[in-house]
Amino acid sequence: MAKLPGLRPFGCSISTSSINVSDAASDNVLEVRNLVTAFDTDAGQLTAVDGVSFDVRRGRTLGIVGESGCGKSVTAMSIMRLLPQPMGKILQGNVQFDGVNLATLPRDDMRSIRGNRISMIFQEPMTALNPVHTIGKQICEVLTQHNDLEPDVAWNRAVEMLDKVGIPSPEIRATEYPHQLSGGMRQRVVIAIALACGPELVIADEPTTALDVTIQAQILDLMKSLQRDLGMSIILITHDLGVIAETCDEVCVMYAGRVVERGDAKELFANPRHAYTQGLLSSIPRLNGVPKSRLTTIDGMVPALNELRPGCRFCPRSERDYEPHHLEVRPDFVEISSGHWVEACPVCT
Amino acid sequence: MYVMDTSTPILKTEDLRMHFPVKGGVFRRALASCKAVDGVSLSIEHGETLGLVGESGCGKSTFGKTIARLYEPTEGAIRFEGVDLASMSRGQLKPYRREIQMIFQDPYESLNPRHTIGTIVEEPFVIHGMGTREERREWVAELLTKVGLSESAMNRFPFEFSGGQRQRIGIARALALKPKLLICDEPVSALDVSIQSQVLNLLMELQRDMGLSYLFISHDLAVVKHISDRIAVMYLGRIVELAPAAEIYSNPVHPYTKALISAIPVPDPTHKPERVILEGDVPSPIDPPEGCRFCPRSGLEYSDEVLKTKPPFLELEQGHWVEACPACVPDARLV
Repeated sequence: MAKLPGLRPFGCSISTSSINVSDAASDNVLEVRNLVTAFDTDAGQLTAVDGVSFDVRRGRTLGIVGESGCGKSVTAMSIMRLLPQPMGKILQGNVQFDGVNLATLPRDDMRSIRGNRISMIFQEPMTALNPVHTIGKQICEVLTQHNDLEPDVAWNRAVEMLDKVGIPSPEIRATEYPHQLSGGMRQRVVIAIALACGPELVIADEPTTALDVTIQAQILDLMKSLQRDLGMSIILITHDLGVIAETCDEVCVMYAGRVVERGDAKELFANPRHAYTQGLLSSIPRLNGVPKSRLTTIDGMVPALNELRPGCRFCPRSERDYEPHHLEVRPDFVEISSGHWVEACPVCT
Repeated sequence: MYVMDTSTPILKTEDLRMHFPVKGGVFRRALASCKAVDGVSLSIEHGETLGLVGESGCGKSTFGKTIARLYEPTEGAIRFEGVDLASMSRGQLKPYRREIQMIFQDPYESLNPRHTIGTIVEEPFVIHGMGTREERREWVAELLTKVGLSESAMNRFPFEFSGGQRQRIGIARALALKPKLLICDEPVSALDVSIQSQVLNLLMELQRDMGLSYLFISHDLAVVKHISDRIAVMYLGRIVELAPAAEIYSNPVHPYTKALISAIPVPDPTHKPERVILEGDVPSPIDPPEGCRFCPRSGLEYSDEVLKTKPPFLELEQGHWVEACPACVPDARLV
């Protein structure tokens, strides 16, 4: 096993000691086990995330891919404990981060972790930033929240962060407002805020979906080089398999609230075992594909949250023969080869 | 078999310009102009799909809306089968409206939430005074089956449908008047991968069956490559390169096209991209230079001269055109 990149947090000195402790214990930054998240709605309690398990390795990138409504963002919100209240609830499961279970952590303790040791990059940089504060002030806010810093020290560090994420003339930019920046620049600011306290884990929820391909390439490049320098782990949530292939070491494929397949990125793209993963991979148009040829489709659509069955959720769309009991008994999540896990429905795998 | 006159292109624009005034000051005077489309000459042949790609703000949607005459162009001609639509009045345009229809990006916003699907798809017939009530109902049912929905959809409302189904409804409405040209403005961008391929297949089938021509606007280059015969690359209101789909990917000439293609994330973890990363963003289309617009972003050396004169649009090889700025495309030569 390759030597893990050392963690060099900057801007935050408080958490260093505790990292070393957990470093010895395991090389996973985060271990999610059997996470169940539900929402109370008028139509009753709907389970958006239904028994999800995965690990995030130190210094690595885990991709979570799936279509809208599959529960990938709710998984992120559950880890961050940012579920809309009072409707959203974590019903079950364990989110182990540095020896504590985030799922049951008291609110105040969670606040000292959120934005500090685990932070988040959101999809839409315009709504993630406050339009009435300068961007320098917004970076300072997260710094002073978690550290005992003098205002001018915090400001200098904010400018340093802007420089680090590749914003030209950072001293001037720090005094500007979000609307004065372009979309790509705003996303860089959001990344600067997320990394200001030197987090061990960054959750990026569709960080490039709102951006153009050329800007997307810039941002993904930036995230990779920052990861090399700072050694943080990343959970990258996206629906774009191309982005996953380029940036992730491991991948979780989610469907209707569950992880249907999980494994090393190269292995999973080369050798997808679940019918849904296979369907997803074959339905995207490829640059080297036959022009104007019929694309493979996945028939039907994602089931609504209120019509989910306990068993395999993909059988009805798989175009394979299945028995009613396949929809009633939940398939086991098994490791078919080293590190390659799949929801072993006898029909779909 | 569909018989058509293929001698003239179905649509041809000549130096089309769409400038919007930027107003300001106390009297809301025009202070500057936003040159969203600035001298575009393109043609779409019968039964052809022309892909139009570019970053947001490059003017590709404005171009689509202008040729559908949702805007009144500032300058230039839009020849539909030889007839210039650019200067026509509303009344004169009406018969041509039937021939050019649009499919919009967001299927959640392009359908009226208070109308049933029946009313929405029937509306084009009502506007053009076609058929009796019963006939129209029959046509609507036919259209819905054609796009893969059941007839019973007629009495339901948009919120009862998923994104992919709504896009099918949008397509049914666009097809109602049997148009010859469909302008598809990012028709699959808002859809999930598995649904996206369903809608793309439907569009390709309809083209085969009905002999439709498409202007397919998208920022997803893999999708455009799959569906298009020819592809035009737009940058800041101008076309910088135009070539057959396979050619533009295998042999891009303009540095912008190269950067755009190299930025596409390839869904294969073993692929190592050789990436041309562009600095900065698309500049503002407000009063852009008359000359080459890409030079300042290209990272190449350029003189002030190239910003002043509009570079010629040259045909390098059969059907492969490029905006031959001397700095961006130094070795451009006529064949």
